[in-house]
Amino acid sequence: MQFGLFKSIFNPSHDAAKPVNGFATEENPLLNVLAQLNVGSILATVRPFLAQLPDSFWMPSQASSKAAEVDTVFYVIYWISVFFFAIIVGLMALFIVRYRSRRQGERAPDSPNHSLALEITWTAIPVIISIAIFVLGFQSFMNIATPPRNSYEILVTGQKWQWFFEYPNGFVTSELHVPEDQPVKLTMTSEDVIHSLWIPAFRVKKDVVPGRYTRTWFEAQEPGTYPLLCTEYCGTGHSDMLSVVTVHKSGTFEQWLEESANIYDTIPPAEAGELLVQRSGCVQCHSLDGSPNIGPTFVDLYGYEQQLTDGRVVIADENYIRTSILEPMTDLVAGYEPVMPTYAGKLKDKEITYIISYLKSASDRGPSEEESAEAETEDPAAQDPDAASATEEE
Amino acid sequence: MSTGATTTVDHVDGHDHHEGNYLTAGRGLRSWLFTLDHKRIGVMYLGTILFAFLLGGIFALLVRTELLTPQQTIMSADDYNRMFTLHGAIMTFLFIIPGIPAALGNFILPLMLGAKDVALPRLNLASYHIYVIGSLMAVASILAGGVDTGWTFYTPYSTTTNGAVILVTLSVFVLGFSSIFTGINFIVTVHRMRPAGMGWFQMPLMLWALYATAIIQVLATPVLAITVLLIIAERALGIGIFDPALGGDPVLFQHFFWFYSHPAVYIMILPAMGVISELVAIFSRKPIFGYKAIAYSSIAIAVFSFLVWGHHMFVSGQSELAVVIFSALTFSVSIPSAVKVFNWLSTMYRGAIRLETPMVYALVFIFLFGIGGLTGLFLASLATDVHLHDSYFVVAHFHYTMMGGTMIAFLAGIYHWWPKMFGKMFSQKWGNIGAIVIFVGFNVTFFSQFVMGAKGMPRRYFNYPPEFEIYHVMSSIGSYVLAIGLFIAAGVLVHSLIAGKKAPVNPWGGATLEWQAASPPIHHNFDSPLLLTNPYDYTAQRWDEAEQGYVPVDPEKEPQTT
Repeated sequence: MQFGLFKSIFNPSHDAAKPVNGFATEENPLLNVLAQLNVGSILATVRPFLAQLPDSFWMPSQASSKAAEVDTVFYVIYWISVFFFAIIVGLMALFIVRYRSRRQGERAPDSPNHSLALEITWTAIPVIISIAIFVLGFQSFMNIATPPRNSYEILVTGQKWQWFFEYPNGFVTSELHVPEDQPVKLTMTSEDVIHSLWIPAFRVKKDVVPGRYTRTWFEAQEPGTYPLLCTEYCGTGHSDMLSVVTVHKSGTFEQWLEESANIYDTIPPAEAGELLVQRSGCVQCHSLDGSPNIGPTFVDLYGYEQQLTDGRVVIADENYIRTSILEPMTDLVAGYEPVMPTYAGKLKDKEITYIISYLKSASDRGPSEEESAEAETEDPAAQDPDAASATEEE
Repeated sequence: MSTGATTTVDHVDGHDHHEGNYLTAGRGLRSWLFTLDHKRIGVMYLGTILFAFLLGGIFALLVRTELLTPQQTIMSADDYNRMFTLHGAIMTFLFIIPGIPAALGNFILPLMLGAKDVALPRLNLASYHIYVIGSLMAVASILAGGVDTGWTFYTPYSTTTNGAVILVTLSVFVLGFSSIFTGINFIVTVHRMRPAGMGWFQMPLMLWALYATAIIQVLATPVLAITVLLIIAERALGIGIFDPALGGDPVLFQHFFWFYSHPAVYIMILPAMGVISELVAIFSRKPIFGYKAIAYSSIAIAVFSFLVWGHHMFVSGQSELAVVIFSALTFSVSIPSAVKVFNWLSTMYRGAIRLETPMVYALVFIFLFGIGGLTGLFLASLATDVHLHDSYFVVAHFHYTMMGGTMIAFLAGIYHWWPKMFGKMFSQKWGNIGAIVIFVGFNVTFFSQFVMGAKGMPRRYFNYPPEFEIYHVMSSIGSYVLAIGLFIAAGVLVHSLIAGKKAPVNPWGGATLEWQAASPPIHHNFDSPLLLTNPYDYTAQRWDEAEQGYVPVDPEKEPQTT
């Protein structure tokens, strides 16, 4: 009927957003039935009015295809709530003023203490409103829960206290990069405890659970950089488990991915190492400015003696660093909690070598003066300008 | 059952009948610690619970102070994590759950039934002793290194982190029995000890609320007990139940935990609604509107409360079908709550509204619970919950319902029954000032949290992005105002004990039976035969200037004089 017409206006060409196409609805007949209740038409009707509201007061910027829809549901509920709250508090205030008794012992005049009609009314109205809100929220949720088949898949790993995003070509970053105007599916799991990935600007959130895969999807619409946070409490560094998602303009994402994946081979090893410690999340716990954090600082680490918890004292040489990255529980430095996860399987041998080169350059017991001076002069030449702009966002 | 009640009367026979009341009947610490008198047990519960509230409140203020700046302010991240865990655990398990039922309920329930005591006085005393033991274990966990799991003990974090997790979960296990004992006692008492002439639908609504609460306490708490035991088994013995590293399922824990903990929020709010139902009628000087609807809605809430736990898990990875069903069921719980609010408003309509301090708190309750309830709609709705889940929006929502709702109703109840408990009147002027300061402080503290939550501020964050600083500073300042308000409220009550005027038998004109007992009541509650009327019929009483309270219209029927 007319619902169908409205639906086509609401979802002009966006095949993917129809929940009936998704796996979940195919499996569950109940969801299928519910999905037939089309509220898209309601949303489409009210959206022009809601668009004029100062929505920036409540919600962050809208940067995904679903954000506007979620915000519409939010504001529908919001105005229903404001309306009922105004009635409740308004009547309450009115009655206090109108019927206030200032004399002790005053009696209220007789009035009915029961009215079936009234009670049915104020039960029925909330029931109807609740059903409407439920269906609104349900429809949008099914869209969020059901990734389109042509989605670009990125694998996400959460671990205390950093994120890893692995792209189809095997490249791994600690910040999420996605193309504009293309559905992106995140398949997520955790190495340790439960985390939860939240991108407020996209209005998506999903727990990242050890021992199973969870997924979510979105279609980014505004190029830019947006916060990405952990929102399931996971310990000491929970509030530092922050990252960003960078939305690349249409057509530039593939190029970025290719260049970034190859960048380590095109710049000096120490610089590649510095990039790696930032992109692999090392800096969440190891500072680059000399101050101790959850782990020891990277400044003046190489070549110095390390006091270990088991009483041994070792020099931080190449092999010590390699062991610490791959088997972090072997040589624990005294004064720090044993919380570092292993990087075995996450960093390639070559990348570990680059990181060692960086640690050398960050230590005054690293390479000789000449060597580092040489490396510095080589710098500008080796770096191509595009890659530099990509790295500066870190 | 009746044996227990008789014992209590014998126990103090010597002190009775010569102007003694339950506070003076029997002296010395032992006469308190081993009393079987429901009123003394209620008062001891009240004192202990308020102490827990103070402790939980201090942790809350430390948390808010830490959050004044986006980086470290006064403590380390690990200490902060321990602080918010203890704040949540103490407030939930030591304060809000036992608050109204165990403290006010113990005192009021037998009096409202015109009974001498609860049906099972020894079980009642055991419940208090167990509560104290459980509370001491919780406090001891602070000394034993603290706990940093959050009050929800989510696995596998809780089974792998350091700290006194076993001690604190054991304390939750022990406290659960205290809650179960109170629940059993109230169910038996309501069934067996109603006076002749008081059918189910002649009961005060407070009793309906306590009865519905007791059902949840008895049915839901054992599940929590099993859950915490499984955590202890996993931590201590390495049995894999929840930790995937041991072959377990962490989402299973969430199902177990919320199967108790969602009904538990109705353990917290139902008695609060009972208090408000009493107060709105009494201070509007008018029968409660829609008595049966309110009574049935209490039972409906108790039943629905068992069917909605999955709404804490919309983004947890449970199946989409489960998510949708739980969302639909969750909305069902909003209906009886809305019905209650409409009934309270209708009770005020054409009433003779007295703005005494308990009523001021009741009005504050309706305002704050209104916001708390309506913001629940955003979280029950799936699309919006995905965005708002685990953000400060949720923190604000449950503080509006649990603190703005339950704690305010608890204060309303304390002020309302204070003259009955201790025989003293308090300064209404300062009582009202305290209520207004609390109201302002509360809204500044928690409304700002709705805004920052919707904008993207996750909960349980030690550091936070600088753009949220303005909201956090506002919230922290609000919390200090709130604390000042609470100290005023406490000061008013303490002052009344020292310098308050003697309370009349019936200062507010209540028609429920406790207002026929002396203020404070004698040891076995009632001396003369009771005049049983409709609990919301205020026509059979008048204000007496000399008495400074309400007296029955017909002196022939006056049950007792002072």
